Formats: sequence, structure tokens, C-alpha cells
Amino acid sequence: MLLHVDNVVKIFASKRPFARAVEFAALKGVSLEITRGQSFGLVGESGSGKTTLARCILRLDDITSGRIIYDGQDLATLSPRALRALRSKIQIVFQDPYASLNPRMTIRDIVAEPLEIHHDLVGLSAQARTDRASELLALVGLRTEHLYRYPHEFSGGQRQRIGIARALALNPEFLILDEPTSALDVSVQAQVLNLLHELQQRLGLTYLFVSHDLGVIRHVCDRVALLYRGELVEENDTEAIFESPRTDYARTLIAAMPSPDPARSLWRAA
Amino acid sequence: MPLLEIRDLHLAMKSFEGEAHVLNGINLAVERGEIWGVVGETGCGKSLTGLSVSRLVPSPPARYMQGEILFEGRDVLAASEEDMRKLRGRRIGMIFQDPTTNLNPSFRIGEQMIDVALHAAEDDPALLGLTKTASRSERRSAARRLAVELLDSVGIPNAADRLDSYPHQFSGGMRQRVLIALALIGRPDLLIADEPTTALDVSVQAQVLRILFDLVQKHRLAVMLITHNLGVVAQLCSHVAVMYAGNIVESGKVDAVLSAPKHPYTQALLAAVPGRSAVRGALSALAGSVPNLLRPPPGCRFAPRCPHAMPRCDAGAPPMIGVAAGQQVACVLYDKTAEAA
Amino acid sequence: MTVADAAPVLSARREMWRRSVYRFRQSTLSIVGFALVAALLIIAAAGPLIVPHPDHVAGAIDTAARFKPPSAANWFGTNELGQDMLSLVVAGARVSLFAGLAVVALGAFVGTIVGAIAGYFGGWTDDILMRLADLKLTIPGLILAMAVAAALGPGILNMVVAISLSWWPGYARLVRGEVMAKKEEMFVTAALALGAGAGRILRRHILPNVMTPVIIKMSLDMGFAILTVASLGFIGIGVKPPTPEWGSLLSVARNYMPDYWWTAIFPGLAIFIAVFGFNLLGDGLRDVFDPKARR
Repeated sequence: MLLHVDNVVKIFASKRPFARAVEFAALKGVSLEITRGQSFGLVGESGSGKTTLARCILRLDDITSGRIIYDGQDLATLSPRALRALRSKIQIVFQDPYASLNPRMTIRDIVAEPLEIHHDLVGLSAQARTDRASELLALVGLRTEHLYRYPHEFSGGQRQRIGIARALALNPEFLILDEPTSALDVSVQAQVLNLLHELQQRLGLTYLFVSHDLGVIRHVCDRVALLYRGELVEENDTEAIFESPRTDYARTLIAAMPSPDPARSLWRAA
Repeated sequence: MPLLEIRDLHLAMKSFEGEAHVLNGINLAVERGEIWGVVGETGCGKSLTGLSVSRLVPSPPARYMQGEILFEGRDVLAASEEDMRKLRGRRIGMIFQDPTTNLNPSFRIGEQMIDVALHAAEDDPALLGLTKTASRSERRSAARRLAVELLDSVGIPNAADRLDSYPHQFSGGMRQRVLIALALIGRPDLLIADEPTTALDVSVQAQVLRILFDLVQKHRLAVMLITHNLGVVAQLCSHVAVMYAGNIVESGKVDAVLSAPKHPYTQALLAAVPGRSAVRGALSALAGSVPNLLRPPPGCRFAPRCPHAMPRCDAGAPPMIGVAAGQQVACVLYDKTAEAA
Repeated sequence: MTVADAAPVLSARREMWRRSVYRFRQSTLSIVGFALVAALLIIAAAGPLIVPHPDHVAGAIDTAARFKPPSAANWFGTNELGQDMLSLVVAGARVSLFAGLAVVALGAFVGTIVGAIAGYFGGWTDDILMRLADLKLTIPGLILAMAVAAALGPGILNMVVAISLSWWPGYARLVRGEVMAKKEEMFVTAALALGAGAGRILRRHILPNVMTPVIIKMSLDMGFAILTVASLGFIGIGVKPPTPEWGSLLSVARNYMPDYWWTAIFPGLAIFIAVFGFNLLGDGLRDVFDPKARR
């Protein structure tokens, strides 16, 4: 087992002077296990807590109670130094390729930034970082001549490739993919999904694929967990969930998924 | 006569780089009771087509080069601004993608709806079931009744109480319903919905689509649904027009086009949707990217990415060819006459 | 697997530049502003080389030629000491522009640092720094500048420091707001996820993205800064004669205004043109960099 999320609770408290403290439980005791090399799908609608869980695993937010154990280490007990080292193993690709790249940085600087931040770990010279950036671009299907351009010159799909290259810079084991294709057109989405699959095969990555798109989840994941208002309502192997959902919520969600097959329209008389 | 007929519409958009030919001869006819899905990827011109119908494309930078948009036989592009204003509020309703930005956050839902209703009733008091001589308070209470009725019809529970709520007190799905209700105030004949469910969760999306469908059944509306989601089209629409780089490349009945797509682009688009059948890592992805419309390809704009491209494709824009009852495709592959020649 | 090609062949910088120039040129007023400011800068740079009477700028007087009206020899006439007004006004451009620029630059520099720290760290840091900035709002800027300038004594540098004291809070507020907004941007979260520290995030990710509104504000503020410098000169606690400065020229001319209008009108016109030019330029820049703010 690579990642073990054990009964995790996350409560956001809004503290405003002269107002009653409002508490909001984003995660109400979520547990799940992800094994090495797996593609694990985390599905839920807005407010389900799926993004909060991803942020907690990355330690961008602290959990209120429970444990997150990565490769035998409890994330909460790590020293700052060990945490930094761990960051190089867990990386994330964000949903919006337009917002997640700094518009004022060149592609070279964006892709090489992790190497610069973790200079103590990787110890590459500036020239070696450039070489590595160019290697990473090749890995995601971009070219060396793209190095000194800026994000706005690229299409959505290309930007998402840049985001993936950045996430791969430190040779991570575990990649959180937070809705990586939901801002992209279908034909571009297909390119990116294919690339992600190819990278997983080549680099032996483990994926936590966060999405609301059941079609995509079904296509890429081995196992799926369904979150609803901070609770895990169902978890199973992908085909089992889609073929024989056990909970009402899973059934509703699967039924609501618009299929491109007109014969499967729910109400339209053919 | 169709309710809406777009004939050979050409639109150019000026930017600092030059003038891009963004709509390249759009032809489309929509009848009452039909739901047309206009589908395509970013930048294909689907939203511009929708906005053109109510003439909401700012010009400049836009410039209509040729063509006409006939709404009940009258050319929208030649109408006066005064006529357009009447058309927009009353005959043509519009719904946009983001339900948050299209409601004023500082006014109650009810006030916003009553306001629109009173404005629409200035031209046509019959809308509120009143005569011209009705007093202010009569108008107001009639407008309020209409607002409740419409919110009710789009499935908002306790509509009468919710009139006093502010937009932020509604969820995204509820706000989108309010916008649909707003668009229905003038009893439009044509509804243009630009990605109305894109910002919503799937379960909410299903509800909103359902409401749209019921409204069409009830009022014999014509709908132009602009979307990038083939699933939404398949679920809701009766007809579909597939757009690519400023052209409609294929159109017809939804069942026909989606189950037996003829144009290579439509085929590629459908094949790219991840489904159960596709092997992981082997989704068929289109090579290349959309053409730069400042310098579009000489003939068929899809040719540079088309697996079936041949020299003829560059010779000129492909004609619309009827391939089945009501199904048309702009591709020389189906041009029987040329084969014989 | 194939790669979609990035269409533009131009390099990024050149393309952005072209885009900006295009937008700037859409407005005639911006071009007028740009031309006025450019002309002022050239005059300021070339000043001592082109004035007809460099000796007058240095303080020489010519009592025989007092109060001559504008003529072919003295385009702007002469003042009560017989000095050529054209020479003084032209030489004054350098002093006024330099002082204005220094005030704005110093204010922006201090304000940006304070605002960035307050906006990024929030909490108590924010409270303390921002209350400090608020303090300035309780004292009118000109009064504060007068008091400080009086305390520090005359001289152009002292005056710059005195005026800047009431200018940085504006920048601090602006930058704080921008930083708070940018802090929520996805690319900042991305850098956090990579393990970047506060210093790096501020320096590499946030500040480069908030400099645009700062530059726009600087350009809009330039006019007012020049005006403030002139005001201090006018009330006699800024730059002292014989250094030619528009405000003090105007101040002296005030006494002779009814009879010898040219001694006042030309320095006044110079101030007007500078303020007007920088404001137009600032508006133009805002349109270029922040098209959403367009009317």
C-alpha cells in the first residue's frame, strides 16, 4: 500500500470578530487505500470534499483528525525537512492549465522551478536544469524550442502538458491529477489522457485521479471512490461500480451522466 | 417558413494581428419545437453564431461580410437597434453559461424578475394579462404573479417565498433556473442557450436539461443550444449542427448524425469521448490543432488534420451534400457527382 | 502522439510588445500623452545644452533687461532680475521631473514592500502595517510634507523624502490588495505544492504579477507629484532659488502677475502640460495593461 487515508476529518472554521464561529466539515471521516501503480479515481460533485482531500494529502491544508500515511510515514509527524523531501515524491497536476502557470515565467523557468526549489536534494547546475527541462518537455510531447516561450502562447492542451512536465521534474512516485482535463476540449482531452496513460506505463506512477466526469474516470481508473458531502459513500473496482452500483447516490450519478448515444436519452422520445 | 433561418453568414473579427474570418458561410434553419444543438470545440464560432442571432456581437471589432439572419422572415442584421431591443427581451430569450455573473448580486430575485416583466409589458400589456389602462399597482402585482408562475415552472420550490431571496442564497443550479425563468418572461419563441449547464454538477445538469426539454414540449419553443458536450446534445436535442473552424461541417437529426456520423471531424469528435469500449491509452485523438483563422487553409478547413485528405480538399470549400433524409455533410468524400466526372 | 503547434512564430516578448503597442495606439489621447511626456523628457535631458542663456540658469542677473515682454530674443520674456524665462522654464523641467520621479519611485518602492508583506502574511502583521498606513490619512499630505520639509531644512532631497512620506501608503494599499488576490491564484498554490517558501513565492510569483498596476499608478501619480513639488516650491519650502523650479518660479512671479503676466503664465503652463501629459499617459497604459478597466 502506498497511500493510506485513515478516518480523515477536516473542519474549516471561519473566525470573524463579533460573529459566531461557523464550522464546516469538509471531510467527515474518510478512509481509503491506494496501492502502488494503481489509478485511483476520486469522484464527487462540487462540495463533496474531493479537492480538500487532495490538498490535505499535499499538506496544503492540515487535517483536523485522522491520519494520512504515505509509504509508511505519517504525514502529520514529519519534520519540515522530511516533509520537503516527501514533496518531491507527491506531485499534483491542476485543473485549470490557464491559471496554474505563472504568466510571467518562461516555460523553462516553470518546468525547472521544482529543481531550483529542491536544489539541496537534486543539486543540478543552472545548465543541467535547463537540460532536464528540455528532456521533460520531450517526455510530454513538446519541443526544446518551446523552452523560452510564455504560457499564453500555448493552447490549453499544451499548457496542461507543461503542467505535467513540471509535476514530473522531481521524478515523483505519486501524482494527484485534479480534474486535469475538465478545462479541455474532448479531442485535446483524449491526447492528454493518452499521454497520462503512457507516462504511467513508462514511469511506474501511481495516480489519484480527482474528477466529476464519470466517463473519464471509467476510462482511466482501476478503482473508484465516490464522495458525497464529505463522506465516502461507495468504493469499488471501476467496472463493479458502473455495472452494479450499490448506493442510490452512485445510481443517480451514473444515470445523470450524459451519454453521447442518442438512443440512451432518458426522456427524449426517439 | 422556419422561425429562424441563417443564410450564408460570414463574420470577420478584427484584432491587432489582422482580420480573422471566424464564420465562414453558416446555414441553419430552426423550426418551432426543434432543439438544435450547435456543437464544436473552443474557437469554432458556435457562440458567435448564437450571439449573432440577437446581434450581440460587438462591431467593431466584428464585421458581417455577407449573409442574413432571418427571424420570422425579417433580417436581424438589417433591423434598427430599437427593433432589436424589442426582439431580444421578448421574442428571443438568452441564457448564458455562468449563472453567477448574469444576476445582479445586490437585488432580490423577485425585483429583478418583476423589473424585466414590467419592462416587457410596456410594449405588450397582454403579457401580464392586462390592458393598456392598468394601474401601476395592478401591473406590479401581475408581474409578481408571473414571476412566481415562471419560477414554479422551472422547478423552484416555494417560488413565492424565494422571490425575496438574493442570488447568493441560491445554489448554482437554482441560479441557472432563475436565469431560464428570466429568459422566459417575454414568452420568447426562440431560446438561445450558450453552455447553460457547463458550470453545473452532472446531477444538476440533468435536472436543468429536463426543465428545458419540458418547456419546449409545453410552449413549442425553438431552442438553439450551444455546447461542447456531445452527451448533452444526445440527451436533449432533436437536431445537431457540428461546427469546425467557422463552418458547419455536418448537420441533421441527432439520431442520424451521432449514430452514423459522416464527416471525418464528427467521427473523430465522437471517437475521442472516453467510453467503456476504448482501450486505455488508445483513445483516438485528433492530430494537430485548429487552424489559425487569419490564414485559414485554402479549401476545407479540416483538411490539414483529416485522415482522408486528398488534393481535391484544397481546391475550394466543400459543398453541403445531402447524405440521408435531412442529414447534410460538407465533405468531398460524399460528392458522387465529382466521382463520376 | 502528436504535438499541436504553437501558431505564432514571433518571440514572446516581441508579440506582447506588438499587442501592447496596438492597444495603446487605439487611443489618440494616449498618444498625445506619450508625445507630451516624451517631449518633456527630451527637454529635461537636453536642458542645459539647449537653453539660450545658461548663465541665467546658474544665477546670473541682467538688471538692464528686467520685465521684457515675450519677443524674438526672449520668447517667454524676462523676469524681475532680467533672466530669460525660457531658459528658466526649460531648466526647471529637469528639476521638476526629477523630483516628481524620485517622489513616486520612493513611494512606490516603500509602499510595495510594505503592501506585499502585509498582504501576504495577513493577520497581525497586516493589521499593524495597515494601521500605520492609515495614520497618514489623518494628516493632509501637503501639511505633513511642509512640516517634515521644514524640519529637515531646504533642499531637493529632503523635499523628496518629505513628500514620499505621505505617498507610500497609497502604494501599500494597492499592492496589499493585489497581493491578496494573487495569493489565491492557482499558480501560487502550484508553487506551494512544490515546496516553495514565502520569499520565493513573493519574489518570483506574486510581485512580478502585481507590478503592472503599480507602474500605472506611478504614471498617473507623476502629474500630482510634480504638482506637489511645485506647491512646496510655491510656498517657499522646497527648492530654493537660484535652482529653477516651476513652483518657485511661479511663486516669485505671483508678485508681478498683474503687470507682467508672462512671468507666471509660462511656468504655470509647464506644470499644466506635465500633469496633463502624465495623466493621459497613465490612462493609456491602464488601457493597455488592464483592458477590463476600459470605459
